[in-house]
Amino acid sequence: MRLPKALRLSPRWAPYVLISPFLLLFAVFGVFPLLFSLYLAFQAWEPTSGLDTMQYVGLGNFVFALQDPWFWKSLENTAWLALMSGVPQHLVAIPLAAFIHASFKTLRDGVIGAYFVPYITSTVAIAILFSSLFSTDFGLINAGLKAAFGIGHVDWLGQPENVKPAIALIVFWRYVGFNVVLYLAALQTIPRDLYEAADMDGAGRYQQFWYITLPSLRPMIFFGVTLSVIGGLQLFEEPFVLTGGRGGPDQAGMTSAVYLYRMAFDFNDFGGASAMSWVLFVFVAALTWVTNRLLRPKGPDA
Amino acid sequence: MDDRRERRLPCLREMPNFCSSSTHPRRRAVLGAAMASSLPLPALATARPRLSIAAFPMIDEIVKAALPQWRRLHPQVDIEVVSRQYGDHHTAMTTALSTSVYLPDVMALEASYLGRFSSGGGLERLAGPPYQAETLKDGFVGYAYAAGLNAQGQPVAVPTDIGPGTLLYRLDLLEKSGLQVTDLTPSWEAYVEAGARIKAATGAYLMANAQALKDILIRTGIGPDEGLYFGRDSQVLVTSPRFVRAFTLAREVRRRKLDARVTAWSNEWAEGFRRGRLATELSGAWMVGQMANWVAPDTRGLWRAAHLPGATFVGYGGTFYAIPRRSDPARKPLAWDLIRLLALDPGLQLAAFKSQDAFPALLATHDAPFFDEPLPFLGGQRARQLWREAARRIGPVRVHKQNNFADEVVGTELDNVMDRGKDIGLALADAARLLERRARR
Repeated sequence: MRLPKALRLSPRWAPYVLISPFLLLFAVFGVFPLLFSLYLAFQAWEPTSGLDTMQYVGLGNFVFALQDPWFWKSLENTAWLALMSGVPQHLVAIPLAAFIHASFKTLRDGVIGAYFVPYITSTVAIAILFSSLFSTDFGLINAGLKAAFGIGHVDWLGQPENVKPAIALIVFWRYVGFNVVLYLAALQTIPRDLYEAADMDGAGRYQQFWYITLPSLRPMIFFGVTLSVIGGLQLFEEPFVLTGGRGGPDQAGMTSAVYLYRMAFDFNDFGGASAMSWVLFVFVAALTWVTNRLLRPKGPDA
Repeated sequence: MDDRRERRLPCLREMPNFCSSSTHPRRRAVLGAAMASSLPLPALATARPRLSIAAFPMIDEIVKAALPQWRRLHPQVDIEVVSRQYGDHHTAMTTALSTSVYLPDVMALEASYLGRFSSGGGLERLAGPPYQAETLKDGFVGYAYAAGLNAQGQPVAVPTDIGPGTLLYRLDLLEKSGLQVTDLTPSWEAYVEAGARIKAATGAYLMANAQALKDILIRTGIGPDEGLYFGRDSQVLVTSPRFVRAFTLAREVRRRKLDARVTAWSNEWAEGFRRGRLATELSGAWMVGQMANWVAPDTRGLWRAAHLPGATFVGYGGTFYAIPRRSDPARKPLAWDLIRLLALDPGLQLAAFKSQDAFPALLATHDAPFFDEPLPFLGGQRARQLWREAARRIGPVRVHKQNNFADEVVGTELDNVMDRGKDIGLALADAARLLERRARR
């Protein structure tokens, strides 16, 4: 069926029309909130009084944010969690991926799927599951610790020194499978003849891993670590749900993202929260740049 | 006093489906009949006014129960009850007020949020015509009316239910320890001493968490020109003697292992009540309903109520109705009529008290025979008489817009004192420094 000419899209406009749904949605849900938060960062605003009650305060919110002890505390928490959940993810995912790649044939997809499931499970379900696992009196984790090491009755979510490891464990568990999938994909691109040649030269499995697999994975390590840095610094859902939205005892589980959410919705300070989110953005950008400097694939063609 | 009321309902009620919005069921039928009987259809559809009221669980039930009476008063006006979960509701109201979009005609607000809302300019001032809410002052429990005032002393919200603070105690555990209730109540120090004897005799903890003791003690002895954490000109008060005393006594409770160190509403907390490991509870009168319904129904008859120790009178939560300033002006008079019905009708107030444990702020209900009925959960005690007296003796507490933040900071510092041996003076000075940075933001 041919449309009447008036309704037909001219080839000149077709690309724009076809791409417009995305652009419209992106403008409404991406660009606008971004610009609005930038605008808010320079305003003092009591939100329940209405939009017209904003007052321009210059850099006041940024000065407040940078001098706020809780903001720095939340940044420290974030850095700790990003490191302690991020580094082990890669240290475990790379050997695990190599192991799965080398050892599983028919079961391979099932094994990968099992590791990947936590990544696609709802955070709320995970948090509910883990808060019962971490329960002081009735939790499986304490029961296991008692059986294995004789230590027990650890107040995981009630004591500040225990909250961070508990959150880090969940984040690690959740994202290790995702990284395994990334590394498995990269492993498949390493030419088999490299390993065959290494075999001929008498290289063992460990040497092959160290001298062939690891260097070949470097671009993917760069990609995976960058994702972990960005994701780690924006960590929100896991600590938010696990600590009931408050950040836990002594705010030990309050990441920067949780804190700036609370600044806006619990403490009614949208201007301060927006300023903090832009400061956080600067930190994320800076650390991504550092990651890039450290891990960027180097070589004749880079 | 706090956000505990968010769990006032059994979990079943917290399921989203239970609380989805609804219009009244006959609306369609009524509309249909109206359409059939007269001709200019579009005109009819717009002429029929419809009020929306936003509420959270339990309050939505109370509003729905009032609808038949509303229909008799205003047969031509439909009411739409928009219900959300407790936290979501208040976030949604913040957003609606900030953008003036999807504003309900009437909003229910919980006490712990009201201070934030009334300090801004988003709520309609109800003083003067056409509302004249100031004339209602003597009809309500004093502190509840005062809580609905803005910083300029004008009413912006009307109270409906309140939570007079009470001491619930296990009579059997007291008797086993050779104690009487008069050993608990003379002072907070006596309460702690009695707690030590209960622990020695029965092994039960005096209370769930020493933080609750701090929460009450910082609310006692508030000066006439003071708020809870901040003075009239936002000066920080957390280093004052009432905070030192609260911290000292709470630390004492923790040091002597008299609190179970569980968080309110956690599984461990509920289990503590079920197994008789918690001898007392400091809470609002509504807690009796919670205990009887789901926390520990099997302990029925073992509990009794008394005034809080040391003749302390504090409020635990409460609900208010308000009109958004920017909602449709044409419907504001109707919205006010609805608020008057919900807050001022003694019959509806008593019905809500009976069905939802919503203790009425309306003084006209306080002489009803229902107040003299025995409570089976409290072994037949006529505890409502006690709470009625307590309600009238609670003093008003002004809420500062940084109240939530201060709550958090002070609670955290108390943890530092109780669990990590931090010096009380240092802890309060640290808290004061954090609050001073915020006080005037």
